[in-house]
Amino acid sequence: MDLRFTPEETAFREEARRFFRTEIPAEIRAKVSEGRTLAREDYVTSQRILNAKGWAAPHWPQEHGGQPWSAVKRYIFMEELMLAAVPLPLQFNCFMVGPVIARFGSEAQKARFLPRAANLDDWWCQGFSEPGAGSDLASLATKAVRDGDHYVVDGQKTWTTLAHYADWIFCLVRTDPTAKKQAGISFLLIDMKSPGVTVRPIITIDGRHEVNEVFFDSVRVPVDNLVGAENKGWDYAKFLLSNERIGIARIGQSKERLARVKRLAAHTPAGAGTMWDDVEFRCRVASVEIELKALEITQMRVVAAQEKRAGGAPDPASSILKIKGSELAQATTELMLELAGPNALPANLSPSGRDHGLRNDFDEALNWADNAAPTYFNMRKVSIYGGSNEIQRNVIAKAILGL
Amino acid sequence: MDFELSDEQKLLKDSVDRWAGDRYGALSQINASRLPPQGFSQAHWREMAELGLLGLPFSEADGGFGGGPVETMVTMEALGRSLAPEPYLASVVLGGGLLALAGNAEQRQGLLPRLAVGEVKLALAHGEAQARYDLEDVATSATPAGNGFRLEGRKTIVLNADAADFLIVSARTSGDRRDPDGISLFLVKADSPGVTISPYPTNDGGRAADVSFAAVDLPADSLLGNADQALPLIERVMGQAIAAVAAEAVGAMDALLALTVEHLKTRKQFGAPIGAFQSLQHRAVDMLTAVEQARSMTLYATMMAASENEGERRAALSSAKIQINRSARFVGQQAVQLHGGLGMTMEYLGAHYFRRLAMIEQSFGDTPHHLRLIASPEQSGIASIITAKTV
Repeated sequence: MDLRFTPEETAFREEARRFFRTEIPAEIRAKVSEGRTLAREDYVTSQRILNAKGWAAPHWPQEHGGQPWSAVKRYIFMEELMLAAVPLPLQFNCFMVGPVIARFGSEAQKARFLPRAANLDDWWCQGFSEPGAGSDLASLATKAVRDGDHYVVDGQKTWTTLAHYADWIFCLVRTDPTAKKQAGISFLLIDMKSPGVTVRPIITIDGRHEVNEVFFDSVRVPVDNLVGAENKGWDYAKFLLSNERIGIARIGQSKERLARVKRLAAHTPAGAGTMWDDVEFRCRVASVEIELKALEITQMRVVAAQEKRAGGAPDPASSILKIKGSELAQATTELMLELAGPNALPANLSPSGRDHGLRNDFDEALNWADNAAPTYFNMRKVSIYGGSNEIQRNVIAKAILGL
Repeated sequence: MDFELSDEQKLLKDSVDRWAGDRYGALSQINASRLPPQGFSQAHWREMAELGLLGLPFSEADGGFGGGPVETMVTMEALGRSLAPEPYLASVVLGGGLLALAGNAEQRQGLLPRLAVGEVKLALAHGEAQARYDLEDVATSATPAGNGFRLEGRKTIVLNADAADFLIVSARTSGDRRDPDGISLFLVKADSPGVTISPYPTNDGGRAADVSFAAVDLPADSLLGNADQALPLIERVMGQAIAAVAAEAVGAMDALLALTVEHLKTRKQFGAPIGAFQSLQHRAVDMLTAVEQARSMTLYATMMAASENEGERRAALSSAKIQINRSARFVGQQAVQLHGGLGMTMEYLGAHYFRRLAMIEQSFGDTPHHLRLIASPEQSGIASIITAKTV
């Protein structure tokens, strides 16, 4: 038993750390760290730098640009990426549609889509949820009817993250209305510029535009854009959802935010001193930090086990990582909110933020308090999306406890 | 990074799990051993010696088997899972552990081989009524007398003192009551004139005692280690004890969760197993999460208990104890709740796990104590990168 990393892994950690902190522009990383909105160009810039090094989609098969890394190295990569506040490679491209096309797509689809997905030449969004199909995803109603060399798609998707930036959407659509639920679903790739596609913004509780509704009104989609076999889409969706869950616990992000809480607390006036002089506040920080440490080791146990059973099914324990990781991520935003105190109230209307008159020798003091509340609001999503924490509990109750 | 046991450690685990399961698979077996006078089975203690468990953590030169923290973890987890009442924690982890750290070769080799074969038992008499969890708070005094020392004072809640042949006693040889410096350790025969052991049962089915020392004369060679310099050693052994009870708690929680899940599957109400109800399923999942988080921190504590980096070690052990305490409380309380009335009775095995888990929380520092340590200005927070040595 040994908790240490090998010299090679440690060297890789240093290489990744150095690369992220010297190659990815500091302004972009500052936006991530402070919870500010990223522009489309920020994502593109960051991902193209990663891609030039072959690091945009290291977990893809090697023939499509993946890296021959162990589970431990992939874990280190993801942790260092988060600790450096580098934007994650676009999830929809790299963690969702990319692996599905690589595994189930035609050769033509692989050649056409994968390099552009890795380089963020195409921006993908995810068309799964519908107004009537959330946790019960298989009850989706958007339909695709075959008409010669095309499908004609009608229906509506919702919670479509960053659809307003997207070039393409991968959709679950119903191709056999007579089959039972899961059986009649197909996985379809749709060009967002197709006539009949409409995007309507949804402003979320943080006051920002991140998600959308996407409407399909007689949208004609070439049958070449069907992934795999018709009516097998549910299998591909399950593969997508269970695929590579390293990073799902967001431990790197939570650690980064906690480190920031500590740094800022020492510069936030309170009473005769600062917030960091307040033992009760420090105890609350420590409580979150301890659970995070425990989760980090739980995650390493999952990674180590994964290493041993290469190619096996995802560990059900990854559901624990999702539940606890999302709760702790939310807890870190609550600490940030607490730290901001009354300065959490003003809405941040200007890009540079408002001067709170906090210690101005500290360069972070200007912006952070304005973003505390929006970040807190926004992070409520992490226990809802990707299979709500209640659904995760259902999964564990069945798969691990046998209830 | 490797969380697997070595082949030898797996063999140890198999044998200690099998032994503990055979001897203490049922509540009736546990109750049969918890009888007066000492509250455990002498026969089982001898069997533990034959299995090599009593000498496990000590070096071969001291008559032990050269095991490390992982071996202790494996043993304590099995004892926790089976609720075995034998004084392994008191005699081997605390008593033997401190003797191994503080004693000179003669002192170690005089007692540890006898401990390993089950011939003598040790206990650590450190805590005092006013000290709560503060390890430096020692009022018991040892003053020079003749060629040796005279011991005066009172120790409280000395685990399994009534079974011990020798006590390791901390006493102040200089400084004020709360000075970190000035504490020394003494090896004291339990039947020395002036030693009074007043034993009582504890709320988890175990045994402890208050021990008073009235003008107890000690020879010069009863001093263990350097005079006045014992606190760092006491801290070390308390850290090892935290790792040990963490493993014990994980064993107990594992067993209690299994009992609870079994109950959810078999208990029927409203025409269905109560485990079919989603609110109870989710509670059970939260228990599982708590157990796994505790297991992770037990591994962490086990690896870090041997670290030479004092700040890192302290932070790791305090963090681990806090996680163990919180998991133990949640798992224990929810197990009682999900068992309904059954969980409230001494006739039910699960209730005994609940009691032990609650008392583990109160031992070696409760949550507020360790939170204060972690959040103290000197501790800048817990180490963020794991650097534990191979153990």
